[in-house]
Amino acid sequence: MIPVCLLVELPRGEAYRLDIDPPVSVFHTDDGEVFAIDDTCTHQDASLADGWLEGCEVECPLHASKFDLRTGAVDAPPAKRPVRTHEVFVVDGMIYVQPSTEAPNLPPCIAARLAGEPA
Amino acid sequence: MRAVAVVGASLAGLSAARSLRKQGYDGRLVVIGDEPHRPYDRPPLSKEFLAGEIGEADLALEPDDEDLQAEWLLGARATGLDSAHRAVRLADGREVRADGIVIATGATARRLPGTDGLAGVHTLRTLDDARALRDELALGGRLVVIGGGFIGAEVASTAYALGLDVTVVEAAPTPLAGPLGETMGGVVSALHADHGVRLLCGVGVKGLSGETRVDAVLLEDGRTVPADIVVVGVGAHPCVEWLQGSGVVLDNGVKCGADGRTSLAAVVAVGDCASWYDPHVGVHRRVEHWTGARERPDAAVATLLSGGAAEPGAPRPPYFWSDQYGVKIQFAGHAAGADSVTVEQGAPGDRSFLAVYRRAGHPVAVLAMNQPRVFMRWRKQLAATPS
Repeated sequence: MIPVCLLVELPRGEAYRLDIDPPVSVFHTDDGEVFAIDDTCTHQDASLADGWLEGCEVECPLHASKFDLRTGAVDAPPAKRPVRTHEVFVVDGMIYVQPSTEAPNLPPCIAARLAGEPA
Repeated sequence: MRAVAVVGASLAGLSAARSLRKQGYDGRLVVIGDEPHRPYDRPPLSKEFLAGEIGEADLALEPDDEDLQAEWLLGARATGLDSAHRAVRLADGREVRADGIVIATGATARRLPGTDGLAGVHTLRTLDDARALRDELALGGRLVVIGGGFIGAEVASTAYALGLDVTVVEAAPTPLAGPLGETMGGVVSALHADHGVRLLCGVGVKGLSGETRVDAVLLEDGRTVPADIVVVGVGAHPCVEWLQGSGVVLDNGVKCGADGRTSLAAVVAVGDCASWYDPHVGVHRRVEHWTGARERPDAAVATLLSGGAAEPGAPRPPYFWSDQYGVKIQFAGHAAGADSVTVEQGAPGDRSFLAVYRRAGHPVAVLAMNQPRVFMRWRKQLAATPS
C-alpha cells in the first residue's frame, strides 16, 4: 500500500496526483467518498487530476471524455478505453492506495514512448 | 416514436444515436452518412494524423464492443427532406421513413473559387482530405496556407514539424481576431514567428497560378508566393442545401431553439450545421466546436423524445482546444462582447499563461496556453456563472 496524504489535506472536490509510474490520481468527491484511478487519460497525455470532478465522474481537462471513478469506465469519445481503478483505504485519517496489478491503458503517445525505452 | 433517422454520421450524429439509446429509445434507428467511413474523430486530422503519428484505426470514435442496434447507411448522401411524408431522400433514390429526424449533416470546407482541378490545392475537413494532404506533405517542399485560423495554423504547425517551408497568408490584420479578439489573436498567432514560419497578414489572395499543378499564390498587393502545396483554410459553411424547400427554417445553418428544436415538429438539429439559440445573449449562434457536437445531442434528443416538453439544461460555455507547435491552447466562453482581457497567470512571452476576458467586470471567456489545470478551474467558474 502506498501512503497518499491525510484525508483532511484533500478537500472535497479536489484531487491529489500520486507521482508513481504510471501516476495515480486520488479524488475526494463532493459526497465525501475517496477514489483512485490512473491519472493519465487513455486518449492523450492529460492529467485527470486536473479534470472536472462532478459526482463520481471526472472529465478529462483536454477533450471532455468522462471517466467513472468507481469503475474506470469511459462515457464517450475521444477516449475509448477505461482507466484502471485502485483500491483506497483510509486508516487513522491517512489515505492509502493499493495499486492495481492489471496492465494500464496508456494513450498511444505514452505507450509508444515506453515501448521505445530500453528494458 | 418507432423510427428515428439521424442524418449525419460524424461526432454529432453518433452522439445523437448514443443519446437516443441512453435515453431509452428502443425503436428503429437509421444513421445516414455521406462519407463511406464509420464515425471518426476530426481534430487529429490536422495534427497527429497529418503528422503520421497515429493511423486511421486510432481515429475511430466507436469502441469495438459498441452496438447501438442501428442501421448504418454510409456513402449515402441525403438530398431532401419530405416533411409531409416524414422521409429523408437519398442521392441513390432510396427513401428513409422516420417519425423523428435528427439533422447532423455538419459543414463543408470553403474552397477558393476557380481552383478546382488544380493539383496540389487542398482543403482539410474529411479523412479523405487528410490522406491526400498527408501524402503530399510527405514529399516536402514549400507549403502556403491560406487562412490563419485554427485549421490553417494547425496545418502550418504540423507541416513545419515535418520539415516543410511554410508561409501563412491571412486576409485580416490579425489572425484569430474573431474567436480570440485582436490582442490574444496576435499572441497566439505569434507562435508562427517563434518557429520561423512566415505570416503575411492584411493581404488577400487574388488567385493561384499553375497550369495543371499549383506553383504560386498571387496576393492582392502584387506579391507572388511560390508554392508546391496550398492548403485553403478559410472556414466552412453548413451542409443544409438538402433542406431547401423542406419547411425547416434555415439562417446560417438550421435555425434551432435552445433545446435543438427546429421549425418542424419532431425534427431537431445538432453539430456544425445547427444554429442554436443562446439564451444568455439572446442570439442564434452556429458553433463549430467538437464539444458542442459531443454535448448538445443529449438535449436535442431529450427534446425529440419528449415532443419538446423537456427543459433544456443550461448549456456549458463553448469550449475548444488547439495544438500548435507543441503548445496546448484552450479557450472557453465568448470573446465577442468582452471589454477587457487580462493575463492572470504566467506570461504570454513564455507561451504559458492564462487570460480572462471580462465584460463590465464580469468574466465571459478564458484563454490558456499550456495551463490545463488553471484553465479547468476557470472553465468551471464560467459555467457556474454564465455570462
